Amino acid sequence: MPEVLLMLSVFVIVFLIGYLLISKVPPRLHTPLMSMTNAISGVTVLGALLLFSVESGTLVKGLGALAIASAAFNLVGGFAITNRMLKMFKKRKRSA
Amino acid sequence: MLTDFAIIFTLILGVWLFGRPRNARLGNLAAAAALLCALGVVLYRSPVTEPVIVVSALALGGLAGWAVSVRVNMTQIPAMVAFQNGAGGLAAFLVSFVELARQDALVTTTAKTAGILGLVVGAATFSGSMIASGKLAGLVRQTPIVFSKHGSILLGTAAVIAIWGVVAATGAGPAVVWSLSILVVLSVLLGIVFSMRIGGADMPVLISFLNATSGLAAALCGIIIQNRLLIACGAPVAASGSILTYFMCKAMNRRLIAVFVGIQMQAKPLGSESAEDAPSASEPASETATVPTSETPRQQDPFVQAVEAVRGADSVVVVPGYGMALAHAQFETVRLADRLQAAGKTVKFAVHPIAGRMPGHMHVLLAEAEVDPDMLAEIDEINPHFPSTDLAVIVGACDVVNPAAIEVSGTPISGMPIMEAPNAKQLVVCNLDEKPGYSGVDNPLYADPKTILLLGDAKATLGRLLENLKPETQSAE
Repeated sequence: MPEVLLMLSVFVIVFLIGYLLISKVPPRLHTPLMSMTNAISGVTVLGALLLFSVESGTLVKGLGALAIASAAFNLVGGFAITNRMLKMFKKRKRSA
Repeated sequence: MLTDFAIIFTLILGVWLFGRPRNARLGNLAAAAALLCALGVVLYRSPVTEPVIVVSALALGGLAGWAVSVRVNMTQIPAMVAFQNGAGGLAAFLVSFVELARQDALVTTTAKTAGILGLVVGAATFSGSMIASGKLAGLVRQTPIVFSKHGSILLGTAAVIAIWGVVAATGAGPAVVWSLSILVVLSVLLGIVFSMRIGGADMPVLISFLNATSGLAAALCGIIIQNRLLIACGAPVAASGSILTYFMCKAMNRRLIAVFVGIQMQAKPLGSESAEDAPSASEPASETATVPTSETPRQQDPFVQAVEAVRGADSVVVVPGYGMALAHAQFETVRLADRLQAAGKTVKFAVHPIAGRMPGHMHVLLAEAEVDPDMLAEIDEINPHFPSTDLAVIVGACDVVNPAAIEVSGTPISGMPIMEAPNAKQLVVCNLDEKPGYSGVDNPLYADPKTILLLGDAKATLGRLLENLKPETQSAE
């Protein structure tokens, strides 16, 4: 049971810190913000990797591989696109 | 334990850095680094049995993600984000599925409950995001698709899922795989029914909400496999999604429930999507727009009027809307603003929080066109300045400047804070047609004598406008 409490408190604490920090993000960064957090949710790739830590059947291997691929897609694509957007934000205006 | 803590700390640091535009890029990289470390740590702690499969799946997914992210243009960003969100949901529910199906003796009741919840949330996020992505990419009809008794179907599906979830959790033996599969199908159905009825200007709320649920699914997934990193990474995503959902609802002055249940969306037949959303209805500008305004004694070409108005104005506010995104007119819009500023005029962009199809969408588009950040103004900042503004240029926006939101009660947009562009001394509207916006509420602004309507494709209209402004202001590029 203490393990459960620990996990719950990790969730609650990080949620609250995240809430405090993110509510200060200016509206003009909302799209990159969503894109970055979206990439972070690709953390499920860890769970997918752990599926392969024990021997398993073909079905599990197939599902696991699919899970890894889609989580990696989310992860890499999300961070890359956020970076691309933020690079645009940084660009100064052409000399008018 | 300490490594985990360091990774979580880096992640939070990334989120913190993100708060300021100057550091945002560093924040994004910090978060990416945190996840890369997490990946390394997990691989180091529990070596995989099938390195070939694992590595190729990682490479395949990662490369695909990279390739898409390099190619996508900024108008497609909402569809892209929704799609990635769906991919995350898919991974989350697959992991929960496999873990539950394995029925390890170790699995506790808590883990089982979390697993079932993660499965349902993940699968519904997956299908909901895919529908949303399809709508945003124009593959699925963008208007809300409402079944008769839609609410009952939704609630019924949710109830069946709740009951079936208990069945699946208490079951044992090979039958579990089947009951879990049925649960997945039901949850996928729930996601589809849920997001189908949301459309158009409500998309930012839907995407924000799905963003939150994907974080939740990841955290729940972390509980079943008892992995702190997953929980800690899912939490800020859930937080961010919740905040954005709240912001978007507030910007429309609507309650979340009203958006999801779609009670208010019955004002007009569904055919009338945003004025700017109906490419088929493009008409030649001169024909429809020759309705003489009361100020002009003779019938004058509205285009000539617009050129004069732009030349004569000292202060200009540009209000962009989703139509600008659809017409890919952000470059022309920014060029116009730059040129006017170079000619010594005061130019501002008034960006409504719900303009576009996801939170902050307009800002990304304008940034793509290399807008001067100093020109951007939020709604509260700019509204008091409209009465002293000589000219408001509306580019593909309708509902966000519709005075009916303030003056008429009982419409779907009543009570929504708008950009008070109607208060400006003169207006130039570059919209595709005169149809009402997504809300279906007619915009009295179109008939206002101080409005000059330039109907047609905004990119072409602005291009012509730029062309005609050249002689006076010289080439300012």
